[in-house]
Amino acid sequence: MDLITEKIKKTSLSTKQDRFGKFISALALILITAVVVLIFGFVITRGLATFTTNKVSVSKFLFGTNWNPSVVDPKTGQQGIGALPLITGSLAVTILAAIIATPFAIGTAVFMTEIAKKRGSRIMQPVIELLVGIPSVVYGVIGLTVVVPAVRSIFGGTGLGILSGTIVLFVMILPTITSMTVDSLKGVPRYYRESALAIGATRWQMIYKVILRAATPGILTAIVFGMARAFGEALAVQMVIGNAAKMPGSLVSPAATLTSVLTMGIGNTVMGTLQNNVLWSLAMILLLMSLVFNLLIRWIGRKGELK
Amino acid sequence: MNAKTADKIATTVIYAIAGSVALVLAAMLAFILVRGLPHLSWHFLTAQARSFEAGGGIGIQLFNSFYLLILAMLISFPIALGAAIYLNEYAKPTIWTSMVRTAIEVMSSLPSVVVGLFGFLIFVVKLKLGFSIISGAIALTFFNLPILTRSIETSLSQIPNLQREAGAALGLSRFETVIHIILPAAVPSIVTGVVISAGRVFGEAAALIFTAGQSAPSLDFGDWNPFNLASPLSPFRPAETLAVHIWKINSEGIMPDLSLVSAGASAVLIIVVLLFNFSARRLGTLLYKKLTKS
Repeated sequence: MDLITEKIKKTSLSTKQDRFGKFISALALILITAVVVLIFGFVITRGLATFTTNKVSVSKFLFGTNWNPSVVDPKTGQQGIGALPLITGSLAVTILAAIIATPFAIGTAVFMTEIAKKRGSRIMQPVIELLVGIPSVVYGVIGLTVVVPAVRSIFGGTGLGILSGTIVLFVMILPTITSMTVDSLKGVPRYYRESALAIGATRWQMIYKVILRAATPGILTAIVFGMARAFGEALAVQMVIGNAAKMPGSLVSPAATLTSVLTMGIGNTVMGTLQNNVLWSLAMILLLMSLVFNLLIRWIGRKGELK
Repeated sequence: MNAKTADKIATTVIYAIAGSVALVLAAMLAFILVRGLPHLSWHFLTAQARSFEAGGGIGIQLFNSFYLLILAMLISFPIALGAAIYLNEYAKPTIWTSMVRTAIEVMSSLPSVVVGLFGFLIFVVKLKLGFSIISGAIALTFFNLPILTRSIETSLSQIPNLQREAGAALGLSRFETVIHIILPAAVPSIVTGVVISAGRVFGEAAALIFTAGQSAPSLDFGDWNPFNLASPLSPFRPAETLAVHIWKINSEGIMPDLSLVSAGASAVLIIVVLLFNFSARRLGTLLYKKLTKS
């Protein structure tokens, strides 16, 4: 009798195992969360050092147009730490690439889901998915060997600049946006299509007035996702943008982005100096922008749900 | 305009768009492969890179890429698996769970250059590991964790709840259900997810420039003691990977056959990534057939 009571009262082996498993898997999750918190903590404290330790004013950093942290300007006695040219460069390539890529992505996605379903799912789908996985340096190589010479022969100059960066990013985010748009078009219920056709709509009317409208939140999410990828892309852009940190005068003159300056600069500066701190401030802007894109995606998702 | 004419015009336009996209994407793949494939040879794949003269290869870079990939996968897979199991099997929908999910989502959208900088700050500078394989592998782990966690979680969530109920009905604890029922059923899609993320890790460069470094010192392939710096297995040596090598020679390379080396290396990179992608799907279906005996 006692033996049975004892057996029932004691924690069984499998309960212990269960607790252990739960503990271990929770630990893994906590580790990931800790890494995220650490990344944010370190980059933001480092990035803020420009403003706290070096006493640089935030507006001067965000809106100054002279970027040259390693040289002291003889007139003012200060280093050029205006990041506006870089922010402009980053925003320009990102927005332009998204504007060009969107119609192509939507057209291709509509083709794959509404017009040629068989060819779409058998040929285009796998190709697009493969292209999503192609490393960004390869896009950079293509940019250097094809896009830059082409731009050079058409517009003159070096060929390096915002236009080349835009074209490279356009090709790079096109598969991403397309495959996400395809998913959202597939998510539109079948009876939407049937009811549109039943009341006499042509195929285009059905696509334009019903399907694209119903899938708008998904398509917007896809575009923002593509923009986030373009904004954070470092190497492909760095290879073709020309790396001249001045306010971009035209689309075909060399420019710079936040990421390109970071990749070029971080190895050449000494920890704790102003030159190094401003680079961390750039990294902080990148981090905050990726957060903004993330919030935007969530906001679109919530707006879309309500309908 | 007549609705039917509009329909015809729109259809033509959509055909044209889809056609041009397909053309551009196909041309891109063809361009890389056609330019690179003729340059591939056993010598190119195994020889050391040369900085100033023609005839260099990508042997060490290729080895480094695979070694880093394996290390990063070894570190990130158990963590991602644990996190995914907790999220899908144990977590209740509380505010904490949604915060953790948000954190993972945010991490997956971090620019890889920021991940690289963080790795540089912590491992290379603070922990004084220098540019080394181990710094690079950990940076790649950070880069890979959110993607892998989400893909494993999706795999787990696709297993119907019937299986969990069946496990509970047999008197198994939740952990035993996960280990003996859910995981085996999810293996095919987990493997697919792992191999696809391996393809992404293989091509990643921005996170590695400041962690694994941009130099590839020559290795002694006869020395397999991981504690010797010249040994290929040493985790403390700087290791330029294939993707970093492509970036490096295109930005500041001066060897005379630069465009050939760059084309060949790009082709190798693409072929490996494509192989990963193809085999991911194949392996998934193959495992599914084997494991389900259908």
